[in-house]
Order: sequence, then structure tokens, then C-alpha cells
Amino acid sequence: MNHLAAKRKSLTEWLVTTPSFVWLIIFFVLPTITIFAIAFRPTNIDGGIGGGWTLDTWRSLANPNYPVIVWRTLRLSVATTFICLAFAVPCGYFMARVRDSWRQTLLLLVVVPFWTNFLVRVFAWRELLHPEGWLKQGLVFLGLASPDAQLLYNEYAVLLVLIYTHLPFAILPVYAAAEKFDFRLMEAARDLGAGALRAFWNVFIPGISRGLLTAFLVVFIPALGSYVIPDIMGGPSGEMIGNKIAQRTFSDRNWPHASGLSALLTLAVLGPMVVVLMLQGRKQPSPGGEKKT
Amino acid sequence: MSGENSIEIVDVTKRFGSFTAVDNVSLSIKRGEFFSLLGPSGCGKTTLLRMIAGFEQPEVGQLILNGDDITRLPPNERKVNTIFQSYALFPHMTLWDNIAYGLKIARRSSREIKSEVEKMLSLIQMEDHAYKKPDQISGGQKQRVAIARALINKPQVLLLDEPLAALDLKLRQRMLIELDNIHDEVGITFIYVTHDQGEAMSLSDRIAVMNKGRIEQIGKPGEIYEAPRSSFVAAFIGDTNFFEGTVAEAIDDDYNRTRVDGLGDVICFNDKNIQLNAPIHLSIRPEKFRISRDQPEAQPKHNVLSGVVEDIVYLGSHTRYWVRTGDYRISINQQHGRFLLDERPIKWKDHVFVWWHADDGFMLEQYSESDEQLMTLPDAPATTVS
Repeated sequence: MNHLAAKRKSLTEWLVTTPSFVWLIIFFVLPTITIFAIAFRPTNIDGGIGGGWTLDTWRSLANPNYPVIVWRTLRLSVATTFICLAFAVPCGYFMARVRDSWRQTLLLLVVVPFWTNFLVRVFAWRELLHPEGWLKQGLVFLGLASPDAQLLYNEYAVLLVLIYTHLPFAILPVYAAAEKFDFRLMEAARDLGAGALRAFWNVFIPGISRGLLTAFLVVFIPALGSYVIPDIMGGPSGEMIGNKIAQRTFSDRNWPHASGLSALLTLAVLGPMVVVLMLQGRKQPSPGGEKKT
Repeated sequence: MSGENSIEIVDVTKRFGSFTAVDNVSLSIKRGEFFSLLGPSGCGKTTLLRMIAGFEQPEVGQLILNGDDITRLPPNERKVNTIFQSYALFPHMTLWDNIAYGLKIARRSSREIKSEVEKMLSLIQMEDHAYKKPDQISGGQKQRVAIARALINKPQVLLLDEPLAALDLKLRQRMLIELDNIHDEVGITFIYVTHDQGEAMSLSDRIAVMNKGRIEQIGKPGEIYEAPRSSFVAAFIGDTNFFEGTVAEAIDDDYNRTRVDGLGDVICFNDKNIQLNAPIHLSIRPEKFRISRDQPEAQPKHNVLSGVVEDIVYLGSHTRYWVRTGDYRISINQQHGRFLLDERPIKWKDHVFVWWHADDGFMLEQYSESDEQLMTLPDAPATTVS
């Protein structure tokens, strides 16, 4: 390729990428920087942002309550992610293998919950788990729960609804990857002596790894930021960091403090994302073929 | 049970819903044999192979591998390995790991695995590519890796499912020779599934020709080609001319005179002991005919017809003529001998004589008119002179 053509190509690339780049800067990078910046501002008396710079917010983040809440947030998000993946993998596998007509029905069933408003679905769970709710009554009747057991307002109630709401988001990317998976590879593994489970682990799981990574991201990141679910289901003993941010913003009108917490959460989200991106980058085989050492 | 048989297939039937893919097939394959299952797509050959591999279960019948009943064994417990049409190399593993997979599953020591994999890599001449991924190598190389990955497990039978179908012609011819060499080297039983008669003819010790879930004929390549049992076999393997007639007169024990409607009387070799007035179907291969403008000298046991050339197709190594004689259009292959500039070639509309020896006509046991569609050059090209 001659010099001029190369130059033209790079110009075209610029023109094509600029709009999305500008979009990202305006709606993602600038707001993020703003939030980080506000965390270094003092509060003012009206519940707004004062002038000058201070580290007060960051000092107050050392509040001993926070580590408990941050730890709970991480724990619930990680548990939600792994339980969702554990359900999504067999679901995706099954959906990719069934007959076409069945597959459409199953896909519809996965998407059906989205037709009901999110808040309504969360409230429905509240009704189910309520001491007078029929799920609770049913469990008591079957002897699986004691009559005075509290199903609502604890971490497990939050976890249950987190899993319930995020499961479709895990199933869809896993299914998309499984649908493209070449199941003859499983036969090849069986042919070479692997049992069914072994073939599943050695061939199917690596084969859908991109779908798993996507599922991980689309479950883990929203779970970390959840606020409505712990608010409705959790009560004080099920609070997550999202509740604290909301509290600081709406009740306390302490924007710098809310920003500080948001910044922490952003860092917590970016951390795993960078790890995932690095893993994905490593999966691309280098053109020359890497040497085993 | 029988010691020299590697695989025995006994009365096997397999249905998919209302479709019978394999219909009561029985077959014995000898140890070390290169055996081909040949047939058009949908004839059940791949299903039969997949049942031997363990991916499909027969409804009825038994599969016996070296005397042991393996009908209900899962694929991973059968001492057979498969070369898949798509190769099915694991895309996330290096070639080295692909080849080592079977031994790793078998929990062999890492030293042993290393030496075995290196041996295989040198057998397929891929030592320099060991740490590449499957998507970085060519189709022919993938093919060789697939062979190595299967053979490293020292299977008792190697199953090959149309392994050359995805390769281009030149590479296919090279891999054909390579496969043959590998078979000679390892000496195990090969079962080779293909729809390509050329591959089956050049590689196999024996061929089973399959049609609609049944085996039409089993035999050596030469037997299948020269002595087809049915019109299906005659038409699917190579091209042929069919003639329909009735036995008019027995000349002696071996030959009779057959009346072919719309053609006349021809002398036939009667190896089927067919009686007077019985209807017969005759198959004569295009290359069995001789063609010339000059009338040949009369010879015993020869049939001579005269006709008009309707079409000529030059095919390099030979020329195909279509000659109209009576109600028949006979296709004839004539090989080129020495090329002579002053020789006047046969042209369209030339009056020619066509003759063949009675032994070259072969009586079929089964005939179905639809089988005439199977031939590769069933009729003249569109340039027919009117």
C-alpha cells in the first residue's frame, strides 16, 4: 500500500470513530471525572457543593460502618453472579440443544419477566415472603420453615431477588455463545475417551468463555450498584452501598459524601472489568503462535 | 467368536422418527482392512459410522468389536476413534494439546505423553507448528492433526467420516496417498465413509455400496465396478449404459442371444443362468465399446452396431461420444492413443460402427429406472445438434 492510501485510510478511521469517541467523553468520562471531583469539595449549608478543595469526605469514608456495607455489597454481588452463572450454563446448554420450536418457546419464557415492571416484580416477592404471604405459609405448612421465621428483611431475601432479577441477563449471553458452539467438539472429546462431564468442562465451558465473561459483567456490575432491591427487601440488615449513596444524596443532601461513595463503587467496578478485559486480550492468539515455555 | 474379524455388524437397524436411516444391515470387517462405506448423501453410511463410534444407538442389532459386544457402550469406552469431516479440533487448545488430549484423559505420565505426541508430530510432519492454534493452520494440516489426535490412542478401528470432503482437489489427491501410507504404517482397521467413488476405489480393500439404508453390494473395488449387482451400483460407481431385453436363444452354456427392443439382437455372457424368454437388464460401461468409422472385421462373440454420432465431449484423457443407434443413445469413452495430425477425428453426424465383446456386457440382478439419474454424465450437454 502506498503512503497516500495509508494516510487516507487513517483519516477515514478517524472520521468513523470520532462521533462515538465524543459521545463517550461527554456522557461517560466527564460525568465520572465530575463525580470524582465533587468528592474533593466541601459541602455547603444549603445541601449543595461548596467552593475550594478538601479531603473531609475521604476522611469520613473511614466510618467503621462502611467496611461492613462494602463487604456485604461485594459478597452479595459475587454470590449473585456465581449462582446466576451456575443456573445460566445448564440453561444455555439445554436451550442450544433442543429442537428449534422448543427453543423459541424457552427464549420467550426467559424474556417474559421483562414485560412486567421491575418494581412490581420486586414488590411481588415482598408479598410472597411476607409473614402472611402464601410462600411463607406454604413453607410453614410443609414444615420447611418455623412459623416465626423472618423471610423478609435480611441478606438472603436480597440475594434471592438479586438472583431472580439478574438471571435472564446471565442466560441470554450464555445461550448466545452456546448456540454458536460446535457440539461436534463434544463428540470429539467423547470419542477421545472423555466422559460426558469431562467433555463438558474441557470443551463446552472454554467454548462459551466469551459468553460467560459477558454474563459475568452484565450481572456483577449492576448487582454491585443495586439499590432498589436491598431497599425494598433488605431493611437495615440488608443494606448495600447503593442504599448509602441514595441516603447521602436524598436524605442527608451531602453530595460530596455521596460522590465519594460512588467513586469507590466505580473503582470497585472498574477493577474486575480491567481484569476481564485483560483475560479476554490474552485469549486472542498471537499471529505467530506463542511458544510454550 | 471369529478371530479375524475386527468389527461385526449384526442385523442393525436405526430409525429417526419415521425415517429408517439404517435398515437391517449386517457386515463383517476384517482386521487391518481398509473398508469403505460408499453411497449418496442420506444413504445411512454416516449413521452406521456414528453407531460404531457410539454417538447413535441402534434400535435393533448388535455391534461386535474384536469379539466384545459394544452395542450399549458409551463412545468414551470404545476402542475406536473418529476423524470428523469438520476435523473438530479443539479451537482453544494448541495442536500439541489437541494431540495429547486422549492420553491426558487416560492419565498417562507426562513423560510418556511428551514422547508419544512428539512421535505423532513427526509422523504428520508438523513439529514446527506444535504450539499453534487450529485456526492458524491450513485445512490439510488440520486434517493431519485430526489423524494424529485419533491415532495416538492406538484405536483398534479408525473411523473416517468423509475426511477429505473439505479439501480442494489437489490436496485431496495428496491426502489420499498420505492416508494410504498411514494405513500401511499403523496396520489397524480403517472404516472410511465417502460419497466419492474415486476415493473409495483407490483406497479400499473392500467397499460396501449403500442405498436407502441398505447395503446393495459388498466387494473389492474391481468386483463392484466390473460386476455390479444392481442398476444402482452400476450407475453410482462410474457411468454405464443400460439395455433392456429378453433372452431369445441359448447359444451354448455360457452365452445367449438377447433381443433388445429398439436395438436388435445382441450376444450376452450369461453368468446368471437366466432362462429362455426371461427379461434381463444389461449394463455396459462406456469404455468397453470401440468406435470407428470403418467397419470392424467380424469376430466371434462380438456385437457390432452402426449409428450416428450425436455429441462429442473432449475430456482430456479420453473423449466421450454419444451415438444414436435404434432407440438407444449409447455413451462411449474412447481413450486417445498416439496423437496423429493427419488422422481424421470422428465428428458430429458421422456414421460410425460401435462394437464390444459379449463378456463386457453385465447382467443385473436388480434394475430401477430412477438409477439412471445417478450417472455423472447422464446425457448429452446442452449443445445437442438438432
